[in-house]
Amino acid sequence: MSRLIVGPFNRVEGDLEVKLDIDGDAVREARVVSPLYRGFEQILRGKPPADALVYAPRICGICSVSQSVAAAYALAETQGVVMPPNGRLAVNLIHAAENVADHLTHFYLFFMPDFAREAYAGEPWYAEAADRFRAVKGTAAQDVLPARAQFMHVMGLLAGKWPHTLGIQPGGSTRAVSANELARLAAVLAAFRRYLERHLYGDALERIAALASAAELAAWAEERPAVSSDFRHFLMISEALELERLGRAGDRFMSYGAYGAGEAALFRRGVFTRGEEVAGLDTALIREDLSHAWYREADGPQAPFEGETRPDGEQSDGYTWCKAPRLDGKVIETGALARQAVAGHPLIRDLVAAGGGNVHSRVVARLLEIALVVMAMERWVEEVRPGERFIDHALTPQAAQGVGLTEAARGSLGHWLKVEKGVIANYQIIAPTTWNFSPRDAAGTPGALEQALVGAPLRPGETEPVAVQHVVRSFDPCLVCTVH
Amino acid sequence: MAQPKTNGGKRRLRMLWLQSGGCGGCTLSLLGAEGPDLLTAFEAANIEVLWHPSLSELSGRGVIELLERIAAGEEPLDILCLEGAVMRGPNGSGRFHMMSGSDRPVMAWLKDLAQQADYVVAVGSCAAFGGITAAGLNEVEACGLAYDGTEAGGLLGADFRSRAGLPVVNISGCPIHPDWLTEALHQIAAGSFTAQHLDEWERPLAYTVHLVHHGCARNEFYEFKASAEKLCDLGCMMENLGCKGTQARADCNIRPWNGSGSCIDGGYPCINCTAPVFEEPGHTFTETPKVSGIPIGLPTDMPKAWFVALASLSKAATPARLKKNAVEDHLVLPPVDRRKQTS
Repeated sequence: MSRLIVGPFNRVEGDLEVKLDIDGDAVREARVVSPLYRGFEQILRGKPPADALVYAPRICGICSVSQSVAAAYALAETQGVVMPPNGRLAVNLIHAAENVADHLTHFYLFFMPDFAREAYAGEPWYAEAADRFRAVKGTAAQDVLPARAQFMHVMGLLAGKWPHTLGIQPGGSTRAVSANELARLAAVLAAFRRYLERHLYGDALERIAALASAAELAAWAEERPAVSSDFRHFLMISEALELERLGRAGDRFMSYGAYGAGEAALFRRGVFTRGEEVAGLDTALIREDLSHAWYREADGPQAPFEGETRPDGEQSDGYTWCKAPRLDGKVIETGALARQAVAGHPLIRDLVAAGGGNVHSRVVARLLEIALVVMAMERWVEEVRPGERFIDHALTPQAAQGVGLTEAARGSLGHWLKVEKGVIANYQIIAPTTWNFSPRDAAGTPGALEQALVGAPLRPGETEPVAVQHVVRSFDPCLVCTVH
Repeated sequence: MAQPKTNGGKRRLRMLWLQSGGCGGCTLSLLGAEGPDLLTAFEAANIEVLWHPSLSELSGRGVIELLERIAAGEEPLDILCLEGAVMRGPNGSGRFHMMSGSDRPVMAWLKDLAQQADYVVAVGSCAAFGGITAAGLNEVEACGLAYDGTEAGGLLGADFRSRAGLPVVNISGCPIHPDWLTEALHQIAAGSFTAQHLDEWERPLAYTVHLVHHGCARNEFYEFKASAEKLCDLGCMMENLGCKGTQARADCNIRPWNGSGSCIDGGYPCINCTAPVFEEPGHTFTETPKVSGIPIGLPTDMPKAWFVALASLSKAATPARLKKNAVEDHLVLPPVDRRKQTS
């Protein structure tokens, strides 16, 4: 048996190291290390509650709006304020723009370039994949950057700028848009739709959204040559490398629900386990376990409202700055796949039934979700009523607490806020990758990625196994959020 | 030693990009570069990206070996960019950010690499001054490359000069506007960037010669002191909502963000994110601190008495149109040409 240390692990957001125990030609055990600690939860203590809307987005440059939304929801709960319809729609649009852009960034800039690695030089599909997806120099990167930048004009119109807007508030959005600006938003979305239909899908968004099973997806892929669209290109490579057999974790999926609250949400809240109905989510069962993280140990796992963040690099069993959140003691996988499994999309349910969460199904879920969300954005733009208000105002009480739950591109994000004497008394954040890349808990149970890496194969002579690269990036990790 | 690549006979400048105590948001902002896009902008500036954590294929051991070769002077480095604050804690050890795969603090790598670089660029307010990461009690001992807040020094010391003889170039902002960096890099690569192009905090004058106030679409409200009372109101946000646009140094309302935006256009105040210690304003960001009803933090180079006198004068002369529109979220009273007879 031998040990490999893989890092710096780039093309993920933030910094990551993975320690692997290798047995023969496969990974036997993995430990995931988040090496950067900044201490946002400590920074927020003692601040005026409204300032959370300045600090929290700056936890992360790629999930910035999701952090805003979670903070705004937590504050809204303390205030008892509800967004007026226009505010709801504007916040949905801003949030959707970030999440869709993140999916695009992940696919084109972070995930696909691994197929241009030398390790695959002998594969029959290599030359075309390398030409299209090679980091920086591939034709895909050159196509996607201008399209993505123009799509982000949604942010210029609705949020002032991206990242780090202060436009999302507990009671709505600070930017009332006019009828002509709605026309511009519609035009920006139309241009983006054209990019997606021409390059990513080679088909209409509606066609992608309606794919209802793995068999339909396969038949759709066969309709045209693999290299005619980036989605088909991925499906061909995925089949050749059997990515559906790679990177399976525990198959317990969670989503906080996205784009609206309760019944009105575009994607519902819940927990999904293969072969079972969606269960409701009881967030009171969430605990953070500190047994293998570099923090001063508490008396057992902490409920987020009572959570403490006292860094201690000397903690003897610690190997990461990431805490280990568990739901009712269980390991959770979160992300686009979880979101669509909980929401009940038939294609995703079928893929999960066949092979659970794996590299293939995680990527398919993300690409499917781009189509679903862009179509929803087009509807939301039409629903905005110019002239009606975008925000309601309320005050945070001197003492209160609130939870803000939302979905970032890469999964479930929660803020737990306690206000005492008019200032923030405690602020605890559990980010998507905190769930997915958590270390072992007190029972020794590894986190989702640590489980997913077990059994990953090594090609002869590999010291940085390419299969490990695929598994890690399939989660679209964000390490700056993870530890915060 | 690797032979430098050329572009049409000109040697390409080799740029290394590292991230430490930050959010990656400056890189994400940079991906939004337009006219041209980021990759074309690098190409046009004749810059070769040796390694960037979000963009490059190279991973793991290969990266560490690249850093080792540069630190040893075996491979030339033209431009070193740091995004994010330097993490010195706990107790000066740098262990709050160890470089993955190397068992060394990122802080130590930065010290070595900066000695070898022709130019050192701090990308964003964290890398320049400490920024958001240095907020609160700063238990993580975050600082900038050449500043700790407003204090000269930081990681590299007040006297640091890169091989080309320049101090650390601070492209501050939270995040940066993509053009602030691409334009500076282009000038650096062309060999035309000198100390003359830097302001008192070593930020490019190209964008800090302006105030956020310049080009602000709310200027007419400012002139007549027609103030917004709550977020989303159209009026000037200086009197009540904490807006620092009249002091903040940046061209945010001249050079649009994401196609057309700016913070103020987005309906929320400027928080002066290009300045050192913007992260600790000493008041709620969206509230203007006042002394006996008069905002503190008035325009910096104007006598206070005059400002107050002018303000009360202009307040008395505020047109009804502005008074009304200032507290609405959309324009209620448009300007009217009186020559047009209305029935």
